[in-house]
Amino acid sequence: MSKIVVVTSGKGGVGKTTTSANIATGIALTGKKTIAIDFDVGLRNLDLIMGVERRVIYDLVNVIKGEAKLQQAIIRDKHIENLYMLPASQTRDKDALDPEGIARVLEDLKQMGFEYIICDSPAGIEKGAQMAMYFADEAIVVTNPEVSSVRDSDRVLGLLAAKTSRAEQGGDPIKTHLLLTRYSPAQVARGEMLSVGDVLEILGIPFLGVIPESKAVLQASNKGAPVILDELTEVAQAYRDVVYRFLGEERPHRFIEQEKRGFLKRIFG
Amino acid sequence: MGFLDYFKRSSQSAAVAKDRLQIIVARERTVKGAPDYLPQLQQELLQVIAKYELIDLGQVTVNVDKSGGCEVLELNVVLSANAKPKPPADPVAPVVAPASP
Ligand SMILES: Nc1ncnc2c1ncn2[C@@H]1O[C@H](COP(=O)(O)OP(=O)(O)OP(=O)(O)O)[C@@H](O)[C@H]1O
Ligand SMILES: [Mg+2]
Repeated sequence: MSKIVVVTSGKGGVGKTTTSANIATGIALTGKKTIAIDFDVGLRNLDLIMGVERRVIYDLVNVIKGEAKLQQAIIRDKHIENLYMLPASQTRDKDALDPEGIARVLEDLKQMGFEYIICDSPAGIEKGAQMAMYFADEAIVVTNPEVSSVRDSDRVLGLLAAKTSRAEQGGDPIKTHLLLTRYSPAQVARGEMLSVGDVLEILGIPFLGVIPESKAVLQASNKGAPVILDELTEVAQAYRDVVYRFLGEERPHRFIEQEKRGFLKRIFG
Repeated sequence: MGFLDYFKRSSQSAAVAKDRLQIIVARERTVKGAPDYLPQLQQELLQVIAKYELIDLGQVTVNVDKSGGCEVLELNVVLSANAKPKPPADPVAPVVAPASP
């Protein structure tokens, strides 16, 4: 059984690509054959975050247009077994993706035995974002604890419920999950940031967890190795928890409340 | 992670980031005054070379140099240390690629 998962948000820059790379990596680490697809046509990024940019030869649009075989475009991760990625094209042609072409690619990936197909959506609610979500079985809605991001997530939830294959065919609706990223418990404690409770109350969808704001994310993107591999960091542990919850395991929520830390720990921790 | 580690690691990762960027930007940037077909040529060369799995694909650059009134098309292919020549299934013309010193 394959599952198609879209990582989407509406608002730009909230952490979709970071989340796609880390969740794909985390799922692959559990032994499931996983591929991350970059749908951000014209602004490809996922290859950089996953550290495979030098190995990009063909891309999703080449495959859809029949200029390359799917097998030629897929990049296999050199370090993590079961992890693959399919890059976006740098073309400026916004209509390069069409539903029939995407359907063919997804069907072929299923035939190739991919258990999880993670689609990294571009920002916005226009065609690009709609193409990324169209065939999804599940959606991870990435939200920052900030008014504009929460509002955009709400609009995206509307699209997921109306403008997708499942909605149009009248099947079971797409299963949605809320992921609250760039969360800062300290700011929440000071009343400067929306809390998990606030956001959940407004969006009202199942909660996957929080990803704390962390400097380790920048370090990881510098190196081109998803931060989930930096096992000692809180953000890696948060992504691991999220992966297990997404795969159906119970995990207590962490990193939501501010930790009381001693002076030494604050300096050396 | 201690704070000393933190400083050490941050400087290291920034250097890695710069290296990676220089390679990718050189590959993607269109050179001013270069013929229009250059990006396409580079892409096609990459595709041919990739069949042999000889190289790290970031290590291919195509350039046009203007010197002394004539234009020189320059192709640089850096062979990776653990290159394993692997003949392709379908025949392609051999590529002769002098690696720059
Ligand atoms: N948990 C985090 N802590 C700190 N910085 C983060 C975190 N998550 C993401 N970032 C940073 O936020 C920026 C945007 O992240 P990312 O590219 O993943 O967002 P995006 O939603 O994919 O953006 P776009 O809409 O442009 O595709 C990046 O600079 C990334 O390093
Ligand atoms: Mg992105």
